[in-house]
Formats: sequence, C-alpha cells, structure tokens
Amino acid sequence: MNDVLDVALRLVIVFAVFMVVPLVVGQAEHKVMAHMQGRLGPMYAGGFHGWAQLVADGVKFAQKEDVVPADADRRIFQLAPAVALLPYLLVILAIPIGPSEGAVGQVIDAGIFFVLAVMGVGVLGSLMAGWASANKFSLLGGLRTAAQLLAYELPMLLAAASVAMAAGTVSLPGILNAFEWWWLPWQIVGALVFFVAGLAELQRPPFDMPVADSEIIFGAYTEYTGLRFALFLLAEYAGIVVLCGLTTVLFLGGWHGPFGEDGLGWVWTLLKTGVLAFVVIWLRVTYPRLREDQLQKLAWTTLIPLALAQIALTGIVKVAIN
Amino acid sequence: MPPIPGSGLAKGLAVTLRTMTKRTVTAQYPDVQPELPPRTRGVIGLFEENCTVCMLCARECPDWCIYIDSHKETTPPAAPGGRERSRNVLDRFAIDFALCMYCGICIEVCPFDALFWSPEFEYAETDIHELTHERDKLREWMWTVPEPPALDPGAEEPKEIAAARKTADKLQAQEEREAQEAREAREAQGPAEDRSDRAAGQEGQE
Repeated sequence: MNDVLDVALRLVIVFAVFMVVPLVVGQAEHKVMAHMQGRLGPMYAGGFHGWAQLVADGVKFAQKEDVVPADADRRIFQLAPAVALLPYLLVILAIPIGPSEGAVGQVIDAGIFFVLAVMGVGVLGSLMAGWASANKFSLLGGLRTAAQLLAYELPMLLAAASVAMAAGTVSLPGILNAFEWWWLPWQIVGALVFFVAGLAELQRPPFDMPVADSEIIFGAYTEYTGLRFALFLLAEYAGIVVLCGLTTVLFLGGWHGPFGEDGLGWVWTLLKTGVLAFVVIWLRVTYPRLREDQLQKLAWTTLIPLALAQIALTGIVKVAIN
Repeated sequence: MPPIPGSGLAKGLAVTLRTMTKRTVTAQYPDVQPELPPRTRGVIGLFEENCTVCMLCARECPDWCIYIDSHKETTPPAAPGGRERSRNVLDRFAIDFALCMYCGICIEVCPFDALFWSPEFEYAETDIHELTHERDKLREWMWTVPEPPALDPGAEEPKEIAAARKTADKLQAQEEREAQEAREAREAQGPAEDRSDRAAGQEGQE
C-alpha cells in the first residue's frame, strides 16, 4: 500500500512539474523577449503584468475547432502531438534534482541512454505531423526536422558520452555523485556542444528551420489548430526545460553548489536550469535563423569534431588521473 | 587587425542584454495618455467669435472638407443720418474629418485667427458620417488648444504687442506732459498760496 502511495505521489509531482515549469518558461520568454526588444510584453491577462497570459492562451486554444485536413492520414495526424509531448514527460521522470533518493521521479541505471533515446522520440512527433498533414510545407518541415535530428543527435550523444566516461557511469545520479568542481572547465567544450545540439534538436531559434515561418509557413505544424497545436507549443517549452535540466545535471553539477548542498540541493538545480532557460531565450532574441545548409555545416564540421576532441581530452585526463 | 572569431556573436548578445536593462518604449496608451509635442495636429478647433465668414479656409481647403453657411444682417446706423452697416453671420461651420488630410492650410490662411490646431485626437466614430463635426463641437475643441509656445530669446516682439506698447507709451507720455504743464502752471500762479497751505498743515499737526 505504501509503495502504491509513493509511486502515485511521485507521478503526481512529476506531472505537476511537467505542467507548470514549461508554462513558467513560456511566460518568461514572453517577458524577457519583450524587454530585450524594448517592449513590455503581455500586461493585461491576470491583472499583474500579464502573468496569466499563457493560461488565457490555453483557454483560447481549447475553444478552437480541431480541424483535420481531408487528405490527411487521420490517425497519425491526431497522434503526432502526443508523440511530441509525452517523451519529455518521461525524461523529466528521470532527471534528479536533489541528492536524496526522494528527489528523482525514478532512478534509472542507464539514465543517459534512456534520456537521450526518449528525447529523440519527441522529434518523431514533428516527423509524423509533417508526413500526415498532406501539405507540401508540412512535408518540407518534417524533412528538415529529420535532417536536423540526424545531424544533431550525434554530437549530443558524443558530448554526453564524454561525461559518462569521466564519471565512469551512465546513471544520472551516479554522474552527479562523482561530480567535482573541476569538471566544469574540463567538460566545458562538451557542455557547449551538448547545449547547442540540444537547441537544434528542439528546433529553437536560431535553429528553427523546420518551422521557418517566413519560408514554409509553420513547417510540420501548419495544418494544426486548437489543442493539438497547443500541445506542440507545450512540447517545445517542455523540451527547453528538459534540455536545460539535462545540461545542468550532466555538465553543471546539478545539486552541487558552493554551499547548502544537503538541504537546498534542489534549489541549485532549479537555479541552474532557470539560468540556462534564460540563455535559451536570450539566444532566440539575439540571433537570426541559420540557413538550412549552414545548419548542416555547423553540425558536421564544427560540433562533431569538437565533441570528438572533448572525448579524446576526457580519455587522456582520465588515464592520467588513474 | 582582424576581429576575434565570435566577437560579433558576443556583441549581439550584449546588445539584447543591454536593451533588457533599459526602459521600454511601449506606450500604454489607453491607460496612460501620450505626451504630445507642442503643435500636435490632432484636430482643428474653431474660435467662432473671430470668424467673419470670409470663406478663405473653405476655398483653400485642398479636399473641400469645410462647410460654411451664412446670411447677411444689416445693423442700424450708429449715428443718426449715418449709413446702415451690413455684416455676415455664421450659420453653419463644419469640418468633415473623414476627408480632412490635416494639412493645416485653413489654419495658415485664416486672417482673423479663428482656426487653431488642438492636440485632442480621441474623436473616432463608428460611422464615417459622424466624422463631420459641427461648429459647437469645433468650438468646444478650442478649450483644448494650448497656449502659443514662448518666443525664442531675442526674438522680435509680436506686432500686436508692439502696437499696443506704442499706444500705451504715447498715452503715458501725453499724461506726463499734461501733469508737467499743470505743475508749471501752478508754480507760476502763486508760490504764496503754497506756503500758507504748508503753514496750515504744520499748525494742524501741533
């Protein structure tokens, strides 16, 4: 009975985090982007500085008609948003935010493998949407998504492999237990590669060619309306949370901090995740979209060699220490 | 020296971050009224007391948006045996703001200072016909016309004030001259009178 209660409680908490934190990031994006452009952003919804803007958006999306194009592959089309969103929920389940046993949804021994594999599934949602929409722009968007996934999954995996080598384990809590402060400069290149590749995999600007609205309308999401469209947007923000959380855990030492690690470790995790989410928004505001070929060039000629160099460095230092 | 690779990217990040710390430029208009510059061209106000129905504004208006109706009245002669005077009386003065292009020529051309720019701008209507505003509304807008801006330092005095000052100076000079003449006349007539007056005053004081 106690086990059932424990599992239920963990699931409820993870689900609550999954529903709330992406909205917080979305609201932060509204406000940060606005102020970086000299604007105020939403000011009315909810009364105080538009804090309820995304709630209002959600209500609006829920009221809209759910249209499925006549020629669309109906079932795939309707399933795609769920495929895009659910993997991030599963990843959040595996991210540890504190040192104790209770601060992670589910300890998974092969944590890195699980997390990266499931994150890759999320991109399948866009692919399914692009293929099933029976729309040329959607198809182009879907294919761009596929090309991007192929190009950026590799440097991401290599960068994560470097950390796994350094820690000697693929379990996420295990990596954090082995973390020392000097890993930060040691793995900095890997961290950058991981973060940039993650941005590309989430299709966040400046890597948002699959949804490039000035070229292909909205890519794979062109035909979506109402709640299903909202789910895709939610998936993007959940993806930001997951990417920032993973970068924090793998490269920035998660709950480790200058002080208060025992009681307040989860604060450190959340703080680092929040700062990274800010950086994600900051990059979006600052940089224009890359061209499709520039995107591929960046992945194959810059990120992958850097990731390989990081692995070599990790190996050399590891051997030297032992 | 060639720029350091990536310095452009860093510069971009710095620009957005700096903008975030600055004040926003968003105007929260319905909540906060805008601070309009002087001489804002919001709406045209009519100071109908000054209007002589000369029709110059209506004739000069490039898109014919001014409507003026008037009739002639005769006033009886001011002095017996004089001639009757006739004058125009304004019946209708309307501006169709759906046609008006806010060029301000009517205001420039008015020789009697009857038309003015007002910064008032909130007169949107839901029907285009309601944008033709009649004289009572135009007169009301006169209350929103700001004071004319102060002259530049060292500028020439306005003609009206110069003329008024000239008249005032002339009047003052004349008064002074008269007072002077009166004093001189008194002194010439009798210094004795003056002395006796003064003596009487001294007695009264004691």
